[in-house]
Amino acid sequence: MAIAGQAFVVGVLETPVGTVPRVATVLAGRDRWGTLLVRLGFGRMRYTVEPGLYGVGAPNEDSPVLVTANYKLSFDHLRAALVGLDAWVLVLDTNGINVWCAAGKGAFGTAALCAQVAASRLAQLVRHRRLVVPQLGAPGIAAHAVKQQSGFAVVYGPVLARQLPEFLARGMQATPAMRRKTFLLAERAVLIPVELVIAGKWALLLALLLAGASGLFGPATFWENVREHGGWTLAGLGSGLLAGTVLTPLLLPMLPGRAFSLKGGVAGLLAALIFLAPFFSRSEGEGSALAALAWLLIISAVSSFFGMEFTGASTYTSLSGVKKEMRIAVPLQAAAGICGMLLLLWAKRVQ
Amino acid sequence: MMKRLLYLKGVATLRLEQETCIGCGMCLTVCPQEVFVMAHGKKVRISEQDACMECGACMLNCPVGALWVQSGVGCAQAVFNTMLVTIQLKAGNEQKQPKP
Repeated sequence: MAIAGQAFVVGVLETPVGTVPRVATVLAGRDRWGTLLVRLGFGRMRYTVEPGLYGVGAPNEDSPVLVTANYKLSFDHLRAALVGLDAWVLVLDTNGINVWCAAGKGAFGTAALCAQVAASRLAQLVRHRRLVVPQLGAPGIAAHAVKQQSGFAVVYGPVLARQLPEFLARGMQATPAMRRKTFLLAERAVLIPVELVIAGKWALLLALLLAGASGLFGPATFWENVREHGGWTLAGLGSGLLAGTVLTPLLLPMLPGRAFSLKGGVAGLLAALIFLAPFFSRSEGEGSALAALAWLLIISAVSSFFGMEFTGASTYTSLSGVKKEMRIAVPLQAAAGICGMLLLLWAKRVQ
Repeated sequence: MMKRLLYLKGVATLRLEQETCIGCGMCLTVCPQEVFVMAHGKKVRISEQDACMECGACMLNCPVGALWVQSGVGCAQAVFNTMLVTIQLKAGNEQKQPKP
């Protein structure tokens, strides 16, 4: 797609380095629709804007240069924060990955930044020699190296794009709060849909396998067995999935321990007790007690696994920590899952 | 302000060589987890080692190389993916070896 042909481009700016597309700072219906889709996990890897130089408002040779990634959600957050401001926006090619993740992998990096500064001929566009880089881009950018290679000084902006107007108004000074990455309830909740969609695909596969197993090992014909136990299987796995991908993020600070697998496991136990309550109250006998124990193990294991997967979406986990908890948690999750399934089969025999 | 979220104790690999530090404060600027404090306005000190998420921003932006961390992304799925690639590479190498 041509840089000027994109839907958010509302005009052109005549500059010493040629025409630069001017972009809207008010998001349109299709931008909101796009946000909704990627938040649900659809087309997330193809949600891009063309890398290059853009402008908002009526920027001139003294206007600030704001750097971002070419993930459209990042770009939209940035331009929506710039209502009423005049600025240049420099979009690096990060393959449609957000600033923080791309910086962690090096795509949002010193080399890409210097190359884009040169390609956009920034030195002829502005009189100052400053680039405002998002603070979360710092894992990929060496500020002193950028200065050396491009002649531009890197000024690290706030963590959140929406704090840019205040940051600029303070003469490019950040308050301590602007430098801190929080992980509040709303910030965790917005991540849940995409986690659910990704986890749901795996859980569906597992549910089909388990339903098939229950059909093969039950006392009656295949389809009668599946009808009898399929509902329980879906409900059980569903509880584990919801506990790991919804309950764990929502209750994160309240759940005990620091390891996400432990937090997920505890959320799974809670969900299992709710799921098993009708199980206990309705039926009796050795078989149902065994089945209850089996489900306790399976739901906790599934929830612990998906809780652990949330480390990737979280904002404060380290690689050393994730490796450490995985060394302990993955064998336990596997053991609990396998024991649970064996118990379930045993329970069917006893009944 | 609610209690901050901390990850596992005693795992972060972050190291600071205080003799080398020139107190420029770049690490304080780039760290999103408030791991550092400026001690007497001259040199930086690690105040919350367990809050380090090993993103590597401080190491990369330290102009004198006073900071070191085994940086990476704390993501279980990425660890799984890396394991898979390693296994595939090993399997590929074994296949490539000529038969005696």
